[in-house]
Amino acid sequence: MKFGVVIFPGSNCDHDTYYVLKDIMKQETTFLWHKEHDLKNVDCVILPGGFSYGDYLRSGAIAKFSPLMLEVVEFANKGGLVLGICNGFQVLLELGLLPGAMLRNKNLKFLCQHVHIKVENNKTLFTRKGKKGQVLKIPIAHYEGNYIAPPDTIQELKANGQIIFRYCDAEGHLNEEANVNGSLESIAGLVNTSGNIMGMMPHPERASEMILGSEDGKIIFDSIINKLV
Amino acid sequence: MKVRILVSYKKSILDPQGQTVKNALLTMGYNFIQDVRQGKVFELELEGISQEEARKVIPEISDKALANPIIEKFSWEIIE
Amino acid sequence: MIDKKILDEHNLTVEEYKRIVQLIGREPNITELGIFSLMWSEHCSYKSSKMHLKKLPVRGKNVIQGPGENAGIIDIGDGMAIVFKIESHNHPSFIEPYQGAATGAGGILRDIFTMGARPIALLDSLRFGPLSKPRNKTVMEGVISGIAGYGNSIGVPTVGGDVYFNGCYSLNPLVNVFCLGIAEKDKIFYAKAEGAGNLVLYVGSKTGRDGIHGATMASAEFGEDLEQKRPNVQVGDPFKEKLLLEACLEIMARDLVVGIQDMGAAGLTCSTTEMAAKSGSGMEIDLDLVPQREEGMTPYEIMLSESQERMLIVAKKNKVREVQEIFSKWDLDAVIIGHVSDGDRLKVKAGGETVVDIPVDAVVNLCPVYERESVIPSYMESATRLDPLPLMENYDQTFVKLLSSPTLADKEWVYRQYDHMVQVNTALLPGGDASILRLKNKKKALAVALDGNSLYSYLNPRTGGKIAVAEACRNLACVGARPVGVTNCLNFGNPEKPEIMWQFKEVIEGIAEACKTFDIPVTGGNVSFYNDTEGISIFPTPVLGVVGIIEDMNKALTPGFQEEESSVILLGENKDELGASEYIKHVFNMEKGRPPQIDLNKERQIHEFCLEAIALELIESAHDVSEGGLAVCLAECSFFSRQKIGFSLNLHDDIPPDALLFGETQSRIVVTAKDGNSKKLLELAEKRKVKATEMGKTGGDRMIISHLDKKIIDVSINEAHKAWKESIPEVFRMR
Repeated sequence: MKFGVVIFPGSNCDHDTYYVLKDIMKQETTFLWHKEHDLKNVDCVILPGGFSYGDYLRSGAIAKFSPLMLEVVEFANKGGLVLGICNGFQVLLELGLLPGAMLRNKNLKFLCQHVHIKVENNKTLFTRKGKKGQVLKIPIAHYEGNYIAPPDTIQELKANGQIIFRYCDAEGHLNEEANVNGSLESIAGLVNTSGNIMGMMPHPERASEMILGSEDGKIIFDSIINKLV
Repeated sequence: MKVRILVSYKKSILDPQGQTVKNALLTMGYNFIQDVRQGKVFELELEGISQEEARKVIPEISDKALANPIIEKFSWEIIE
Repeated sequence: MIDKKILDEHNLTVEEYKRIVQLIGREPNITELGIFSLMWSEHCSYKSSKMHLKKLPVRGKNVIQGPGENAGIIDIGDGMAIVFKIESHNHPSFIEPYQGAATGAGGILRDIFTMGARPIALLDSLRFGPLSKPRNKTVMEGVISGIAGYGNSIGVPTVGGDVYFNGCYSLNPLVNVFCLGIAEKDKIFYAKAEGAGNLVLYVGSKTGRDGIHGATMASAEFGEDLEQKRPNVQVGDPFKEKLLLEACLEIMARDLVVGIQDMGAAGLTCSTTEMAAKSGSGMEIDLDLVPQREEGMTPYEIMLSESQERMLIVAKKNKVREVQEIFSKWDLDAVIIGHVSDGDRLKVKAGGETVVDIPVDAVVNLCPVYERESVIPSYMESATRLDPLPLMENYDQTFVKLLSSPTLADKEWVYRQYDHMVQVNTALLPGGDASILRLKNKKKALAVALDGNSLYSYLNPRTGGKIAVAEACRNLACVGARPVGVTNCLNFGNPEKPEIMWQFKEVIEGIAEACKTFDIPVTGGNVSFYNDTEGISIFPTPVLGVVGIIEDMNKALTPGFQEEESSVILLGENKDELGASEYIKHVFNMEKGRPPQIDLNKERQIHEFCLEAIALELIESAHDVSEGGLAVCLAECSFFSRQKIGFSLNLHDDIPPDALLFGETQSRIVVTAKDGNSKKLLELAEKRKVKATEMGKTGGDRMIISHLDKKIIDVSINEAHKAWKESIPEVFRMR
């Protein structure tokens, strides 16, 4: 399986994601430059974390106008796999590939910490290696991860099983304290209706080696890699 | 020509920064403050287009780029 | 034309002015005077500290670059080198906390990647006034958001550091930022400007009137005109710096440049003169070619501007196009503004006229050096005297109270605002003794510790200097790292005051002696004088940053207890030393007494022993005893353990219980060992002539300490943990 990691100016988890896919997951991996129009025949596009364009307008708001995004949208509309992590999730929201938007965290501070998230739907290409209800320990690092969407959108997300991850405590319970950034419905990750585009705020690439405190992030990469199995 | 565009959260969206400012003002004794909403101001300098064209293109720019219509609203005025 | 008033505005003395006239053979014009005033400021010239800094050991077998460049460099084997430095940004951070701290981070990052290294970690040492004052809270909040705003955006993790609170920092907070980078040993770049005819390129942000006279500001006391100093502060642009970082590293990987220097404090002035002086060349530039953000800037303003995120590059003529192409890929302009010339002069043109024509050597190397008068401060005699303190029946409440002292309390509120995990190397989360950074696909790892207790240095500067080095090295030993290099940031008051100069000289002596004993070179650092506001000087605050190597990452240890029923063993000795402790400061509100003594050879023995025990896998956790004493150290071992394991200990030392619990005697480490290993450990200790005492066992959910079989502390972990954890968030809670 061939992965492509997009580099926007200001991306800063591009090298981390590349390293994990290549050295840990042992997959063919390549960088994709935002100014080009070439997806290099990858099977899965990853929009990595960071501060694309400094996040100076809104998180992800300028990156969506990159030349490469035309290709990514076309690829996604044809059913290609796209994973947006953190800033990459924000770009997907700005592009309209996933519904909703992000506000500042409820405490108005940047938050970097391990959190627990619950697998709400394991029947997707991104979570099939996990169990429903399984609690994963994966870090977050963001300033704007407080998910919001109109009530009817939320209803649709629920009805379609598009909510993939929710913030929870270590035992898998949902509560206000565990919902660190204040997201509606404790939403930590979403998939589109066709199931080929996912966005999540936590960083699976930061939880793919025990030396860093958790390997739970590998479940997501494994699910993608084994999509054909 | 100079255009000023004001982008702020829609009324229905919680604005924690505005709330924080409001609380600070109340603590300072300005008890008449009812509400504070915080927003962003953009000042654009335009050249080579007419006012009429500007009136068409400014909302477009605001809607497409400067504001996120899911959470934000905008207003604008030609100031020079 | 240049009168006393103008000299005062430039912080130059009449004697210094006379020397300038003599060196250039005529009266300087205002732009030339500005250049001299910047380069001869304390900040750039080290004129008051130079002769004392010579005492520090700078040589070592693995040193590639010692003091004098942007950063120090140490060979760590496998063709790799580490590049690191610490720098202060104190004055700007008081005037505008967010931007001051942000540009502090930006500046030190540029120092590292300018040398061809990719920055992999930031740490910061922060000192604030007490949080009971609203102004101090605002400063702290601003400084932390500033560091976060810059570091998080550029994608360099802030992995640790320390925060202390003391009244002396109320009007003068300290922001010392440390950065560590990694480079290939044969791909290191220096600030050179060799080869007449090579071109000088300007890259990065446009020049504005930012921070004009920032470097001279950092070299003068603050008076009441603080508000007026505000326009001097620069605004940072981490996004631009991220682009600069990537573009510069790409250019260096392709070997396209002769030399490179960042334009930080002292901007274009410093980079042009220093690069030329280091290579024995001259340089000619044309200010009309310098990209400018504002209109009508004078040559004086352009030369002295401190606009951030700019670099000066010297490249061969035939490589310039390639250099420009790479910058353009990263949306940056690289503009030719001049060339390297024969001779030794900096010639600057503007509007077709020569506005500067001076010898670079005079600017860079011929600043007068001062041996300033020094005298023992008058406070020393009374401040070091400590009357006996009342003893208590039990110390439960005192213990919990002490854990909530902001200096000792949990700093998660601080570090969770920093992205401390980006780059996926952070193997030990912040809060422990030292930060651990693994090296991808390598057995080796790096560890970094920052330390500096200013109360010790206030009450005995020489001992304070020694302890700062010793504690940082001890922190490294606890995780299994051997120190390889030191950088220091020396924060002091006005050196023209003899009492301050005495503190400075003594601290240097202490640091030098400790570095020699531990056999580690000082590869650079920074001196920050004039930390006085309205006549009040800060305590002398040396901050030491020590980098170490862990040979086998799999053996690295953390401070928390690992399991129940392990033996808790103290390496080192408990003594009756309560002076200068956090206990008497926080509980009795006194900053008095003699700080703990330190025997550097004994200290080193303890480190060696700890490292040996870790290599032999005899111990499963290690934590050093520092501020708050043995009791606080033990509490932290519980807090850092995954399951919050308690302990029950019985101590038999013949000293008063308060000193036993809270005294800050040096050269102590608390380790734990499994049943089978504890005997081996104690035997090894005897062989190595290190004092090791089994104090009791881990286990349970209480922290129990007895002295001569009588309980003096018996507290539930939950209660103590809450006090420790909630103390700082409580202060900042939104209302």
